[in-house]
Amino acid sequence: MPKPVIIQKLFEVFRNLTDHKYFWPVFLIGGLAVCTTASVFEFLDLYLQLILVYVGINIILTVSLNLINGYMGEFSVGHAGFMAVGAYIASLLTVHVFPSAMAGILFPFAILAGGVGAALVGFIVAIPSFKTRGDYLAIVTLAFCMIVKSVLENIDAVGGPRGLLGMEKLTTLPWVFFWTVLSVWVIRNLIYSNFGRGVLSIREDEIASDLMSVNTRQVKIIAIVVSSFFAGIAGGLFAHALQFINPRMFDILKSTDILIMVYLGGIASICGSIIGAVIYTILLEILRPLGIWRMVLMPLMLVLLMIYRPRGIMGMKEALAFLPLGDRWTQKIWRSKKEATDASP
Amino acid sequence: MTYIFQQVLNALQLGSIYALIALGYTMVYGILTMINFAHGDLFMVGAFFCFLIAAFLKLSFVPTLLLSMLGVALLGVLIERLAYRPLRSAPRVSAIITALGVGLFLENFTLALSPYPQHIPPLLTNTTWTFGSLSFSSLQVLVIVLSLVLMLLLDFIVQHTKAGMAMRAISWDKTIVPLMGVPVNKIISFTFAIGTGLGGAAGVMYGLAYPVIDPYMGIIIGWKAFICAVVGGIGNIRGAMIGGFILGGVEIMVAAYFPSTYRDFVAFTLLLILLIVRPYGILGKPQPQKV
Repeated sequence: MPKPVIIQKLFEVFRNLTDHKYFWPVFLIGGLAVCTTASVFEFLDLYLQLILVYVGINIILTVSLNLINGYMGEFSVGHAGFMAVGAYIASLLTVHVFPSAMAGILFPFAILAGGVGAALVGFIVAIPSFKTRGDYLAIVTLAFCMIVKSVLENIDAVGGPRGLLGMEKLTTLPWVFFWTVLSVWVIRNLIYSNFGRGVLSIREDEIASDLMSVNTRQVKIIAIVVSSFFAGIAGGLFAHALQFINPRMFDILKSTDILIMVYLGGIASICGSIIGAVIYTILLEILRPLGIWRMVLMPLMLVLLMIYRPRGIMGMKEALAFLPLGDRWTQKIWRSKKEATDASP
Repeated sequence: MTYIFQQVLNALQLGSIYALIALGYTMVYGILTMINFAHGDLFMVGAFFCFLIAAFLKLSFVPTLLLSMLGVALLGVLIERLAYRPLRSAPRVSAIITALGVGLFLENFTLALSPYPQHIPPLLTNTTWTFGSLSFSSLQVLVIVLSLVLMLLLDFIVQHTKAGMAMRAISWDKTIVPLMGVPVNKIISFTFAIGTGLGGAAGVMYGLAYPVIDPYMGIIIGWKAFICAVVGGIGNIRGAMIGGFILGGVEIMVAAYFPSTYRDFVAFTLLLILLIVRPYGILGKPQPQKV
């Protein structure tokens, strides 16, 4: 099916823009500057800022889940559990441990601690993944998610089912921008590293990659730990954006939300994850006037998308800007050849 | 001693409801190797059909049960036809995501139509019999007996009829069986109808036993039933029944001797341990992997 001309033009503009030599430095510095001025001088109203914060958090969650579900080819449904661990550790630190005058300065350390806590829990969850695979691993992660929720509901010190409040609104736009860029950068570099090839080989065939001397256990542990680390960071940011958390926020519905963003954007694609998170979050806000019917419409759209484009928007494809230099060259040569043959068959 | 016996009865009641739902998961998995995550929500729809029929048509118990089962079975076949059949050759993950989407759609659609929890009117007069210090209600006995009857019926259909033979054949080998003249699409629709119909029956029974229903009740019960199917070995029909009674028993025993908020925690921890020790379920067979 040929694409409409407008979409082709848009693709071309996007490609030329992101291909430019100075795209990344300009984007990073400009983005940080815009975010900082927006949050300091408030030229964006607070509602828009909050939506942007959610977009950033969702990008972190989606990219990190894509590392397990897209690149490693396992099916994890427990991402909200890691998020809960990060959210609770970070909020406990800023509310009870840090002196309240210093909370603003120590905030990044609280987020980092949340990420580390989630990563430690991820290490424990990674152990069953040595033997169990496929649907059974999905159950393990699901059970983990339920256990986290159940444990949090039973600890009275963190508020039990009532939840935890008293966090200051420390999640500002520049911080979200920083953590989002960091997570995308780390995971992208991880995937195109030597280790990342191991992750991809596990998706294609675990036994074969074992025979090719990939240390599958080590690769699985690192992938799950990194993924849960960033989920914990997203949880910490989420808690300090909403200023209130309770265990029910991190149940299976939250995991389903993240899964939808991953598969909407497309598996095994960083660019796709970003697109999926942005589209899903913004669409939910645009459709808000529809009330409850937007929640009926969203799953319907997901089903239609899966029937007509089962790999998601960018499934298994990557924008040139995210590819390493060598891959970018081969892509360019391949495309020019294809254009030449398309022009004169 | 009577306390323990009382808890065993409760466990049998909960376990039979779990087992009925788990059967739907395991049948669909056996024939399509696909997890129908919308199944828990079909169970919820069954409870809501029961509510609608009992509250507005004011029918008695048996027609309510049969109509609810029929309605849910039709809905299941419709979902298979519209959402899952176009994806049969697609990657497995997109079928799973579609199933999650269908489940969310059912939940939110029901929520949009009925935003408040509903109360199912009592369909049966509940009498309590006492033998010595032991007491049990007619409702409990009804739920247990009815589910056992349905399970035996299912076992009969799968093991001793032509359609059941075709179902087993399709789950054995998907490429050769169509060449033998087995109408694959019809058999798959039939499987969906039976599996979701059992889920609908479970919804009605759940509605009778715990009469307050809400649109999100299918999520947690559906996932737990899925766990039952996995514990028994997914794709294995007798395994699903065993898994249902195991999980029901564990949950009731934990609630009886510990604070009831620990119920989910203990149940899921046991599941984790079982999966680490025996990753293919109790009655499942380990699949040899080829390279």
